[in-house]
Amino acid sequence: MSVIDYFYSLDPAKLLKNLPGGIAQGILWGLMALGVYITFRLIKVSDLTVEGSFATGGAVTVVLITGGGPAWLRAIFGASSEQFPTWAALLIAFFVGVLCGLVTGMLHSYLGIPAILAGILTQLALFSVNLHIMDMSSNIPVSVDKYPLYVSGSYVLRSIPVAAVITAAIIGILYWYFGTEQGSAIRSTGNNPVMSSAQGIDIEKMKMIGFAISNGIVALAGGLVAQYQGFADVNMGRGASVIGLAAVIIGDVASRAIFKGHINFAVKMAFVILGGIVYYAVVILVLWMKLNTNDLKLFTALIVALFLGIPYLQSKKRESFASAAKGGSGNAET
Amino acid sequence: MLRLENVWKVFDQGTINQKVALKGIDLNIKEGEFVTVIGGNGAGKSTLLNAVAGTWPVTRGRIYIDGKDVTGLPDYKRASLIGRVFQDPMLGTASEMQLEENLALAFRRGKKRGLGWGVTNDERKIFRERLAALGLGLEDRLTAQIGTLSGGQRQAVTLLMASLNAPKLLLLDEHTAALDPATAAKVLEISDSIVSREKLTCLMITHNMTDAINLGNRLIMMNEGNIVVDISGDEKKQLTKNDLLQKFADVAGVQEETDSVLLS
Repeated sequence: MSVIDYFYSLDPAKLLKNLPGGIAQGILWGLMALGVYITFRLIKVSDLTVEGSFATGGAVTVVLITGGGPAWLRAIFGASSEQFPTWAALLIAFFVGVLCGLVTGMLHSYLGIPAILAGILTQLALFSVNLHIMDMSSNIPVSVDKYPLYVSGSYVLRSIPVAAVITAAIIGILYWYFGTEQGSAIRSTGNNPVMSSAQGIDIEKMKMIGFAISNGIVALAGGLVAQYQGFADVNMGRGASVIGLAAVIIGDVASRAIFKGHINFAVKMAFVILGGIVYYAVVILVLWMKLNTNDLKLFTALIVALFLGIPYLQSKKRESFASAAKGGSGNAET
Repeated sequence: MLRLENVWKVFDQGTINQKVALKGIDLNIKEGEFVTVIGGNGAGKSTLLNAVAGTWPVTRGRIYIDGKDVTGLPDYKRASLIGRVFQDPMLGTASEMQLEENLALAFRRGKKRGLGWGVTNDERKIFRERLAALGLGLEDRLTAQIGTLSGGQRQAVTLLMASLNAPKLLLLDEHTAALDPATAAKVLEISDSIVSREKLTCLMITHNMTDAINLGNRLIMMNEGNIVVDISGDEKKQLTKNDLLQKFADVAGVQEETDSVLLS
């Protein structure tokens, strides 16, 4: 096929048709990225638990919606095995995610395991746990025609506002929480642990709370994504941490390009969601251009590596041995 | 106010790097005393301060602050009793947070941190007054990010944070060493005025003999993990730099290079 044939085969109408789906998925994955933002930007550790807790959230949500879960749980919400309320399923997914985060936090704080490794361990363990939750099947479908799902790929235009409202509510809650005494203590722990200890803050406890909230949100997002795609899959979290980072970084770059100086915390979080949307818009574009979808994760990793590397390269450019060898940058007076 | 009983600290015990940094320190500091601590590198000054602050557990001995045995408490559990200022101006404040947020964190030292607002309007009023007293014009920059402040300004803010809710003990660990001379003098002046105004009990490490002599009402000199000189009252008031050099030479048993050791 010649290049011209290739361009003729691209249908702009199809791109336009697929874009809303990208936006809906972008918002939901952006919500997941908000969880990544809490650990990566506020506590300043890379938490890889999310790869597991995202799938856990999806598994818990779908299992509860389709089967109602154990009898005692149904009794709490007064639900029958056919009708488990969707909100309750998501709420439980959130709290199971919180537990996942606590496990990583305990491995890190009590056993002294580096945060990244602690996350990897929890994530690995969660793979088995998730299979148990899904009764040893790797994939459970949930049909929007049978259950009252909040979001669904079959009803994209209705899903976008629902996803937006849920996400906005979470941003509002996080904005409030991180403005409280406890939230401030979590932020200062990430920013300056020595100073935080000196101010009487139990930094290990604060990190633990941070891990917990982060993974709670990630699991909630997993529950929503599972509804949107119509199934929970034991592998649905693969790459979630990197996609989350991509959204955080795209949001960072975009917000700094638009605003100069101090950026309000709520705006920063909104830009993480925007980062998710941009990421999925690019995904839609890549699919539309008929590139191999199997290469998507390769592109994602490349883009994240590039954006993470740029600040380092910029600082190297200002001060490097290579330029010193050439006689310096020539503005030593300034 | 602060009492140390036979405090020992051994680092890397049982390894080839074993170092006995404190050798049975006995120290009793009364309320309102402003003690300057001087000594050469490796004398144990910072180790003494960290032992009091609870950076790590001591190897032996007991530490009491305001009559309370704090030997078994980690730093964050002693924080309600102690205000600290570090040598590195970057260490005492959270650079990505606002000035008022930093002050509010310090204002809640030793209190439970719940779900109330991180900074309240009443607190802003207090912060503005206290910042104005520093004379650095920071009272109009409450929402500025700490990272946009200079090293001297940050150190002054850290001092304010450390003294904000009248700690039982103020620990200053060479807190002007990383500043340029003019800024250091200004920060020292602020330290002195805060200590005297709030009537704080203070322990200040310094490398500068003149500062050690001019400030405070008691001076201790450390050498090889021991307190070797302890001067207070009138004797401290009349102390000169030469006296101090002589005293150091006497206890350390070295006649030469004492100046460089002390000032290093």
